[in-house]
Amino acid sequence: MSILDYTATTLAAKIKAGEISAIEATKAVLEQIEKTEELYNCYVTIDKDGALKQAEEIQSKIESGELVSPLAGVPVAIKDNICTEGMLTTCSSKILGNFVPTFSAEVVENLKKAGAVIIGKTNMDEFAMGSTTETSAYGVTRNPKNPEHVPGGSSGGSAAAVAANECFYALGSDTGGSIRQPAGYCGVVGMKPTYSTVSRYGLIAYGSSLDQIGPLCKDVTDCATILDIISSHDTKDSTSVGKKTDYTKALVNDVKGMKIGIPRDYFGDGLDSEVKKAVLNAAKVLESRGAILEEFDLGLVEYAIPAYYTIAAAEASSNLERFDGIKYGYRTEEFSDLHNMYKKTRSEGFGAEVKRRIMLGSFVLSSGYYDAYYLKALKVKALIKKAFDDAFSKYDVILGPVAPTTAPKLGESLSDPIKMYLGDIYTISINLAGLPAISLPCGIASNGLPIGLQLIGDCYKENNIIQTAYTYEQAGKED
Amino acid sequence: MSKTYETVIGLEVHVELATKTKIFCGCSTAFGAEPNAHTCPVCTGMPGSLPVLNKQVVEYATAVGLATNCKITQYNKFDRKNYFYPDNPQNYQISQLYLPICRDGKVEIETENGKKFIGIHEIHMEEDAGKLIHDEWDDCSLVDYNRSGVPLIEIVSEPDMRSAEEVIAYLEKLRLIIQYLGASDCKLNEGSMRADVNLSVREAGAAEFGTRTEMKNLNSFKAISRAIENERERQIDLIEEGKSVTQETRRWDDNKGYSYAMRSKEDAQDYRYFPDPDLTPVVISDEWIEEIKSRQPEFRDEKKARYIKEFGLPEYDADIITLYKKMADMFEETTAICKLPKKVSNYLMGETMKLLKAANKEPDELSFSPENLAKLIMLAENGTINGSVAKDVFKKIFEEDIDPEKYVEENGLKMDNDEEGLKATIEEIVAKNPQSVEDYKNGKDKAIGFLVGQTMKATGGKANPGVINKILKEILSR
Amino acid sequence: MANIISDETIDYVGILAKLELSAEEKEQAKKDMESMLDYIDKLNELDTTGVEPMSHVFQVNNVFREDVVTNGDDRENILKNAPEEKNGMFNVPKTFD
Repeated sequence: MSILDYTATTLAAKIKAGEISAIEATKAVLEQIEKTEELYNCYVTIDKDGALKQAEEIQSKIESGELVSPLAGVPVAIKDNICTEGMLTTCSSKILGNFVPTFSAEVVENLKKAGAVIIGKTNMDEFAMGSTTETSAYGVTRNPKNPEHVPGGSSGGSAAAVAANECFYALGSDTGGSIRQPAGYCGVVGMKPTYSTVSRYGLIAYGSSLDQIGPLCKDVTDCATILDIISSHDTKDSTSVGKKTDYTKALVNDVKGMKIGIPRDYFGDGLDSEVKKAVLNAAKVLESRGAILEEFDLGLVEYAIPAYYTIAAAEASSNLERFDGIKYGYRTEEFSDLHNMYKKTRSEGFGAEVKRRIMLGSFVLSSGYYDAYYLKALKVKALIKKAFDDAFSKYDVILGPVAPTTAPKLGESLSDPIKMYLGDIYTISINLAGLPAISLPCGIASNGLPIGLQLIGDCYKENNIIQTAYTYEQAGKED
Repeated sequence: MSKTYETVIGLEVHVELATKTKIFCGCSTAFGAEPNAHTCPVCTGMPGSLPVLNKQVVEYATAVGLATNCKITQYNKFDRKNYFYPDNPQNYQISQLYLPICRDGKVEIETENGKKFIGIHEIHMEEDAGKLIHDEWDDCSLVDYNRSGVPLIEIVSEPDMRSAEEVIAYLEKLRLIIQYLGASDCKLNEGSMRADVNLSVREAGAAEFGTRTEMKNLNSFKAISRAIENERERQIDLIEEGKSVTQETRRWDDNKGYSYAMRSKEDAQDYRYFPDPDLTPVVISDEWIEEIKSRQPEFRDEKKARYIKEFGLPEYDADIITLYKKMADMFEETTAICKLPKKVSNYLMGETMKLLKAANKEPDELSFSPENLAKLIMLAENGTINGSVAKDVFKKIFEEDIDPEKYVEENGLKMDNDEEGLKATIEEIVAKNPQSVEDYKNGKDKAIGFLVGQTMKATGGKANPGVINKILKEILSR
Repeated sequence: MANIISDETIDYVGILAKLELSAEEKEQAKKDMESMLDYIDKLNELDTTGVEPMSHVFQVNNVFREDVVTNGDDRENILKNAPEEKNGMFNVPKTFD
């Protein structure tokens, strides 16, 4: 077994036991990057020297007993919309092509305290807008399970890096499915925590009311362990609440009596039959372990996408106003006056999908349309939240697919935006309602690509989905 | 035949709050720092930064709302106002549109035409912008974000004012209330209070308002008066010529004495307000309102009435002394020590005002201690020093806050009560000035003043003027 | 109901968003926005009478800072990424008030 095959927690245990050093682990990852990165393009920035230097420091702190965190010494990759002090942070956009943050995001601070070795910054859809990692200004990322296919997005670089063993775990951000969907496409575990659990300070905002940082990793144990480290109450983020419990406590192989709701509306038209079969199969496995399954109608599923794109585009149009060529980032070479400078800088700096959403967002907020579009979407959001509240009065967990299909081929999705947006149908309402959800592998389709299972929990009930996911994962090892 | 027109004015008043830190970050609001020295990722709009609300801003805004008889909005939100401008680092300003913190208030003003109420439509909280400096050398502009994120309240009046006098009375009223609260120093010339004037005209008796314009860049009461007069005439001229007034924002140029429209095709004036998702709602409970109410200070009108009643001050004195909170505080603290309210009032209204004017200072810049003023008043009262010495010593107190007891002692300024010595001096002066003696005897009472002055001069100003008078009269009546 | 986006609307939104689109991009933007709005119009199928718009999912209120200075002079960092800087300030094209 190669070092690279270890999960993050296993590796950390071996480092702690003195069997492997953090330096060896880092070198192993860097060697793997040498081999596969040219093909997969998981990273925007790789900090080889910095990573080795960190590894040395961390190793000596582990040896001296100063660092005892369950992930100390483990190499991690960070999505390129999360600020890292002194390390390029581009959001995979030309407009931030030269931006070096002067502070680190709170999650990065939390990781550093826990002795993480930061390898670099992963590729993504520009400003997290996209589902394929094809809108990056720094090239597409390929799916390590099949390089002709996309890794999903927007955290495609993070998912692919984990799948390709180019890191042991990664951070992503999820605004409408951006952690869960690429995790599903790449066959890794990904989780979007309850909104407010992980500080957004230092996450370059897309849709502020929907964005949440979370882990992409190799198994459920890693997922709970990482979440324990990155979740915190941060006084710099007004919407931060922080950790409600120890997530690793939920790593229990038992779902007896766990009530699992299966929304019929998640299994209708548009769902690939192989995906459907694999997901329902997973439900049966859980039933065989004592879970109580029940089908139900969640409702409103088809309204989540239009509501989401209205809200996310509106917030994005405002969040991205700060990129104007004055304080940081790209500024156009030639301009006639201030407004010309703004327009040229932004038109040259942003890619097509980002411009599309900024235009839409500016329109739905503009005079005369605010009530009809934006307020309407916020009302629908309230209805969607209510539908989930009703469901969670009956069930501990909601089970469904992550995405309607397995990873599409490169170049297939971008031509029809609405079709691309439809791919988010099972993940998007979770962000609108602020809920936690985990994505984990539940089989391989006949095309050889992984299929993702999604488990959704009520607010702050991460432990229900972690326990269910863990039990399912263990069942796979037992059978 | 010329018609008569009525001017209708409403005001948008921005007040910089006197918090130590900015509204959404822990940067200092102090003036005078190097450019951008009081900035951080939040107030310069760095990617990834997030705002956290300064509690004191809510308290000040609520206090101003209560003092202006507003209803306090108990469920508040902040909204983003989106517009591109280099002084606005995020290209949106965090403000309140949908749920402003205060609504439906009023304040009473008094002008020559009597008393009247001016309605307050709303007060909302928002952040200030940075400063743009034009660089002649490179023909570019430079941005300093030190003021970016300084907390403001915007007080929006109803269109209840009809003249520049009323506007000024209203601004004075707001200034007094806010200064008494300690919520701001409200200086028009320094920009901590800024008034935008919304003005329209209509034929006297018309029911509908005319089209209004908004006038910006008014930095003094004088500029406000001139701009109102100018804009009123400009609008009347347009109407008389059969043209119509355009609803627009205009900028007043006080040097040139006219205003011009601030227009640009790139200025859509469509701010796309929406609730800021980065900030949580602010809920102001009944208890919190009560707590803020219980801390409200005594305002000017009550204070004035109390000074008349408690200290027996003439209304004229009470009026002037309460015009600035600093002055009123000085009065009360000094009186508490020396127990001579009228004497204190005289010093504040007379010498203090004179010296302030000479130094080109505002009453709220007074920097001497009430202890020293009280000591001085007592030194004069118990006859240790005479009036003219007291005046000189006060100047020293005003400028350097010296201890008058020490100063009088060290400089030998005590009043000279040696009658024998004084008599000899006066005899000499009378002998040297026969003309004045003659004049006096011919009934020119003024002549004695000259002789007193000469005596003072000869004694280095320390003689007791009462005693001089007494001796002089004795000698002259011989 | 099919939405029609005019050239004027696209130009107007371009002014708001500070984006300058080429003729080609404009045509594409019109089409994109029309189809997105048609799609968003689906929301009108839902009766939302009496529903409070939900901007925050959670009932977290009154998150405050105390009025205490916590930041020092950080000019060097603040200006580090500026495309153009002069005299400790951000350099911008000539701007009139």
